[in-house]
Amino acid sequence: MKSVMVYCEVENQMVADISQELLSAGKRLAQKLGCPLDAMVFGSSLNGIESQIAPFGVDRLFIGNSMRLEPYRTLPHAALASKILKDEDPQIVLFGATSVGRDLAPRLASVLNCGLTADCTILDIGDHFVKKEKKEYKDLLYAIRPAFGGSIMANIINWDMHPQMATVREGVMKKEIFDEHYSTEVIEVDVNSILKEEDFVVNIIERHIQKSGVNLKDAPIIVSGGYGVGSKENFDHLIELAKLLGGEVGGSRAAVDAGYIDHDRQIGQTGTTVRPKLYIAAGISGAIQHTAGMQDASMIISINNDPEAPINKIADYVINGDVGVVIPKMIEFYKKNAK
Amino acid sequence: MRPLKIIVLAKQVPDTRHVGPDAMKPDGTVNRGKLSTVFNPDDLHALELALNIKDRIPGTTVTILTMGPPKAADIIREGYYRGVDNGIMISDRRFGGADTLATSYTLVQGIKKLAPYDLVLGGRQAIDGDTAQVGPQCADKLQIPQVTYVEEILEIKDDEIIARRRLEKGVETVSAPYPCLMTVHGSSPKCRSRHAKNVMKYKYARSKTELRSADEMLLSLHEKRQYLTIPEWSVEDIEADITKIGLAGSPTKVKSVESIVLTASEAKILTSSDIDIEGMIKELIEHHTIG
Repeated sequence: MKSVMVYCEVENQMVADISQELLSAGKRLAQKLGCPLDAMVFGSSLNGIESQIAPFGVDRLFIGNSMRLEPYRTLPHAALASKILKDEDPQIVLFGATSVGRDLAPRLASVLNCGLTADCTILDIGDHFVKKEKKEYKDLLYAIRPAFGGSIMANIINWDMHPQMATVREGVMKKEIFDEHYSTEVIEVDVNSILKEEDFVVNIIERHIQKSGVNLKDAPIIVSGGYGVGSKENFDHLIELAKLLGGEVGGSRAAVDAGYIDHDRQIGQTGTTVRPKLYIAAGISGAIQHTAGMQDASMIISINNDPEAPINKIADYVINGDVGVVIPKMIEFYKKNAK
Repeated sequence: MRPLKIIVLAKQVPDTRHVGPDAMKPDGTVNRGKLSTVFNPDDLHALELALNIKDRIPGTTVTILTMGPPKAADIIREGYYRGVDNGIMISDRRFGGADTLATSYTLVQGIKKLAPYDLVLGGRQAIDGDTAQVGPQCADKLQIPQVTYVEEILEIKDDEIIARRRLEKGVETVSAPYPCLMTVHGSSPKCRSRHAKNVMKYKYARSKTELRSADEMLLSLHEKRQYLTIPEWSVEDIEADITKIGLAGSPTKVKSVESIVLTASEAKILTSSDIDIEGMIKELIEHHTIG
């Protein structure tokens, strides 16, 4: 049966978080379909990389190993990936909705003349009846994503131009090891015979990548704390919740001044302006200097001891209570209810 | 430096940044009629990048190309007001319902008609879909290299162009030969405003469709000043394969849509009790606010 294929991103011999999440999501789809999970990874000095990938339950791993494949460039990666996808003909292909995945996947969709759904937050398998053809298509990929500025969730399907491809947002798929000792068949890709000189016409002159950059602007969920959090230790709960939800941690100026959190995470007029899908304001009173930087959030939850806190006026949920009590409960009930 | 020939891809989009309570129909579908349309923000950045190159290299020409319904003539006029040399619409009912694959095919048929060119520029993504797919798909169909997320053009040489890209966690400087396609990131400079002289010159620019309901004055003006007539290319004009355009050429289909716009209401007031917190978490999961 045709496989589910995951394109893995790797830098400095480390498989990216998003790719580990995709492998887990891909494995869940493969199990529903009863098909193998395949993966491909291109980079340099990849000897032994399979030990990071196999435990996610990967049946076959295609490795393109060459100095010229790292850092990522569109054309050589597209040439290798399209060769593998044409030869192996998987039914589903997943990419991260990252600056690499969003650059590569559409180019491949054009090469393969297939459908691609961007920035999915939910993947599932299901059927679809096409009225025109009076035909039921079984076991299609349901690629579910927010659209129209996040005001709708759309379920996108593709029943006739396969493979079914999707990019998936970072932090939304649960990462889980399938089997520590899973045995993966490694297939070395003959890089030199596939790539041509014209695949290398774009040259990287300089590159500055932060190892662990704070990216508040693009975070879909922000858990933000104020002076009311009370201590650096209490802030650890905020960090845990943010991590769990696939979001980032931010803070008000008062929290930064109190030393609870680093300056580069300050939100507000003098910090970063954010527009996340969800903003959790913990112990933040909501001075105008702060709300100016977050009032465009789609949803705001305010947790505060003071029922009259100004931020409550723009919140969708107001929780009257202690941050130190409420945040651990949110963590607990999220773990209990998340799928 | 020799002058360049630049094509800017631009799209008219519903203004999803200002979604009002009536933007969704009760059945959960988008009420397009209630959304105003705007020049896609990233495409305005692409336009500025093109006009900036034109400022730097005299003789450079900028052509703006848009695909859309008759109303998309606004995009061409806006382009003229800000300084483009030419504007062309690809407009035909049969192009409707296109996903990114069919859209890129259609645009490329138009771009091929404008060849030769040195640069094709477009915004990184459009705010109605946020897919960022059409740029790379066009580059593949044109068989040219792509440089995505461009923030600044650092150097323009005779045989290559050097640009800085904005990535999630950093920046990258790359060189690419001509012709190439670039998608422009929103962190690049904002587009210049309209130029009064250009507004005077082009305010009567109309597409052929718009001229059908024009008065005598406008028609005679267009006869005298032919540059005012915005070309409108049909399926036949760009020799498009009918199976590759519109709904038929689109592999991705919407199976269902669920509205997650919460109607503006009073905040829900909760306590820190288990029941309240768990109830809220369940609601957030149910509404896909958290995964």
